[in-house]
Amino acid sequence: MAAFSAVKIPPPQFTTVRSSSQRPGSSPAHFAHSPSAFNSISFGSAKSVRSRPLFAVSSDVVSSDKTKPASSSSSNPAVTREVALELYEDMVLGRAFEDMCAQMYYRGKMFGFVHLYNGQEAVSTGFIKLLNQSDKVVSTYRDHVHALSKGVPSREVMAELFGKATGCCRGQGGSMHMFSAAHNVLGGFAFIGEGIPVATGAAFSAKYHHEVLKQSKPEGLDVTLAFFGDGTCNNGQFFECLNMAQLWKLPIIFVVENNLWAIGMSHLRATSDPEIWKKGPAFGMPGVHVDGMDVLKVREVAQEAIARARRGEGPTLVECETYRFRGHSLADPDELRKPDEKAHYAARDPIIALKKYIIEHGLASESELKSIDKKIDDVVEDAVEFADSSPLPPRTQLLENVFADPKGFGIGPDGKYRCEDPLFTQGTAQV
Amino acid sequence: MAMALRKFGKDGISIWRRGFSTTAGLESSSSKDATPVNLFTAINQALHIALDSDPRSYVFGEDVSFGGVFRCTTGLAERFGRQRVFNTPLCEQGIAGFAIGLAALGNRAIAEIQFADYIFPAFDQLVNEAAKFRYRSGNEFNCGGLTIRSPYGAVGHGGHYHSQSPEAFFCHVPGLKVVIPRSPYQAKGLLLASIRDPNPVVFFEPKWLYRLAVEEVPDADYMLPLSQAEVIREGKDITLVGWGAQLSILEQACEDAEKEGISCELIDLRTLIPWDKETVEASVSKTGRLLVSHEAPVTGGFGAEISASIIERCFLRLEAPVARVCGLDTPFPLVYEPFYMPTKNKILDAIKSTVNY
Repeated sequence: MAAFSAVKIPPPQFTTVRSSSQRPGSSPAHFAHSPSAFNSISFGSAKSVRSRPLFAVSSDVVSSDKTKPASSSSSNPAVTREVALELYEDMVLGRAFEDMCAQMYYRGKMFGFVHLYNGQEAVSTGFIKLLNQSDKVVSTYRDHVHALSKGVPSREVMAELFGKATGCCRGQGGSMHMFSAAHNVLGGFAFIGEGIPVATGAAFSAKYHHEVLKQSKPEGLDVTLAFFGDGTCNNGQFFECLNMAQLWKLPIIFVVENNLWAIGMSHLRATSDPEIWKKGPAFGMPGVHVDGMDVLKVREVAQEAIARARRGEGPTLVECETYRFRGHSLADPDELRKPDEKAHYAARDPIIALKKYIIEHGLASESELKSIDKKIDDVVEDAVEFADSSPLPPRTQLLENVFADPKGFGIGPDGKYRCEDPLFTQGTAQV
Repeated sequence: MAMALRKFGKDGISIWRRGFSTTAGLESSSSKDATPVNLFTAINQALHIALDSDPRSYVFGEDVSFGGVFRCTTGLAERFGRQRVFNTPLCEQGIAGFAIGLAALGNRAIAEIQFADYIFPAFDQLVNEAAKFRYRSGNEFNCGGLTIRSPYGAVGHGGHYHSQSPEAFFCHVPGLKVVIPRSPYQAKGLLLASIRDPNPVVFFEPKWLYRLAVEEVPDADYMLPLSQAEVIREGKDITLVGWGAQLSILEQACEDAEKEGISCELIDLRTLIPWDKETVEASVSKTGRLLVSHEAPVTGGFGAEISASIIERCFLRLEAPVARVCGLDTPFPLVYEPFYMPTKNKILDAIKSTVNY
C-alpha cells in the first residue's frame, strides 16, 4: 500500500470556476512585466519541485461574470496610490514584526511556541484590508499578522507575546491566542481546525442579526474570514463546516493558506486530491485558487468573495498558494524542505513584488517606500520598548476568568474572593 | 547512587538496581549490554524491537516518518519501509478510528497522537469504540493490538495546548489501560509490554523528560509488567504516590523531607488503570499517611480515585487525611506555569502538614 508516495497529478481541466485568461506571459491586470518575480502560469521547468504544474490565476467565482476588464498594460495600475501604499505598509509591518519576534525569541524575551508568518503576508493583507471593523477574523496559531492587519496595535500584540499584562489578552494567551473584541479578532487557535466551527458560528450570528433581528447595515452582512492551512483541509471539522456554511448560506470565507507543508508533512503526500479549491464545489460553494504571493491578485479574489458574502449569496472557499519562508515554528530546524523550493518562493517575495509594481507604475517613489519602511521600523521598535517596560500580570490573575466571575471561583463563605484566600499562596514558599 | 528496591508483587520479590532518572550521572553499569540513553531514544529502541518482532505491526501518526517532532520514531521508516511506518493527515479522530480498525483485524497498530492535548478529537473513538470493542462483540473481535502513544505533561513553555495531562479522562473508561513511564528504562519495558498486551493501551510519555532523563537501558528486548506499581524508595512516615515526570519532583521533596527527619516511601504507579491497589495499600498500612501528586487539575484528577480507594481500604489505619498536591483548577496557564504546577515546595509543605496532623 503505497498510500503516501508522491503521486504525479495531471494538470487540472479548466472548469467554469476559473477564468480563461491563461495565456502564458500575461496575467489578468497585474504584474505583467515582472517575469522573474511572477511567472504566474506554470513553472513546469526542471526546477519545479511540485509534481504538477500550477495555474495561479486571479479567478472569478462561478456566479458572477468578469466585470473587471483584464488590463495588461503598465499604464493602468489596478489600484490607486493610496491603496497600494496601504497594502505595502501593512505587508512591511507584518514582515518587520515577525522578524523582530524572531530576534526577541532568541534573546529570551519571548518564549513558548511561536509561529512566524514570513512570506505569507500577501494573504493577510490582501483579505483583511478589505474588511470593516465589524467583520470578523478567525485564525490559527500563525496569527500575529492577521491581528496586526485587522488593526490590533503592534504594542498590544508584542506585549502579549512577552506575556505582559498590557497584551491584548492580558498575557493569558501568548503567541497562539490573539483575541481582540475591539477589532473583532476571534483568536488564535493552537489546535488546527478548531477555529473554523467558531468562525461558522460567528457568521451565523451575523446573518441572524441581519435577517431576523433586522439590524441591517447599508453595506450588507458582516463577513467572517476563517484562515487555516493545507493540513487542516484533511480534518473532519473543516468538512463539517463547509457543509453547514453552504447549507445555511452563511457570510463566511474559508481562506486556505496552502504553504505546502504541515510541519514536516508535505501536502502532496498527505492529501488524496491536493487541489483544495475543488472541495468547495463538492459542497455546493465556489472554490477559487489564487496565487497567494501576489497581493493584488489575492485582493481581487477577496473583493469578489466578500461582495458575495455581503449580498447574502453564501460562502466561498479560496485556496491561496503561498509559502512560509521560515520553519513551522521557531523551534523547527526546517530541514525537510528542499533548497530549490525555498529559493523558488523566495524569488516571489510578495513585498518585493509589490514594491516593483508600485515603482513601475509610478504610484510612488523609492524614497517614499523607504520612508514607510523606516516608519514601520520605528513602530516595531516602539512596540518592543512598550512590551519590555510593561508589567508582568499579577499572580492573582491566574485564578481570574476561569468562570464568568472575573475573579475565578467566586466568593467563599467568608465573604472574600476564593482566589485571594491566603492558603493559595501558603504552599509556595519559593516558586 | 543506586538504590536497592524491592518489588511487591503477586509473583514474589525481586531486587532491582536503579539510579535516579533525574540525574544525568551514571553509575557503573550493572549489566554489560546496556547503554545510557535518554527517553526518546529508549522509546525509539522499543519501537524498533516491536516492529522487528512482529511483521504485522505498524507505526503511524503525524510527522512520524521523518522521526517525529520529538525524534521518537527516527529510523523506523528507513528500516521497515513506508508501508509500515507512515504519516497520516492531520485528523486525530481518523487516526484513532483507523488504528482501531487495523487492530480489530489482528494487527498491532501503534498510533502516535502528536501531543496529548490533541487527543480529544480521538477521545470519542477511544472511549466509544476501542474500549467497548471486545465487550460488545462478545469477544468476536477485539482491538487489543491498539497502542496510542502520546507526549503529555508540562514542558516549561508549552502553554494551554502543549502541556495538558489528560490521563484522568481515560482512567474513567473501563476497557482501556493507561500506562505512564517515569524514566528511559521504564519506558522501553512498559512500551513493549503495552504493545504486546492484548488490550488497548493509551501510553503517555512525559515530554519534559524526553531529553532530560538519561539512564542505562539494556539493548535487549525486555518487558515490564503492567498493573504493578513499583516502590522506588522505602520509608516509614508517609507514602507518596505519583507517575511520570512528577516522580522526579516527588523525589526531590523526599530528599528535602529526609533532612527534616521525615522518612518517605515513594511509589510509582506506572499503570493507572487497572492500578495496583495492593502495593499502595500495603505501603499505607505501614506508614499510615498518603500524599498523591499529579500535574493535572486537582478536582477530578486521578488522585481522587486513589484517595477514595485507599480510604475505603485503610480507613482505620490512616493518621491524617489523604493529601493531594496537584495542578490548580484552571486551564493550563501560559505565563503562570510555575504557580500552577505542584512544585517541590508545595509537596514539602503538604508532607509536613500531613505528618504533623
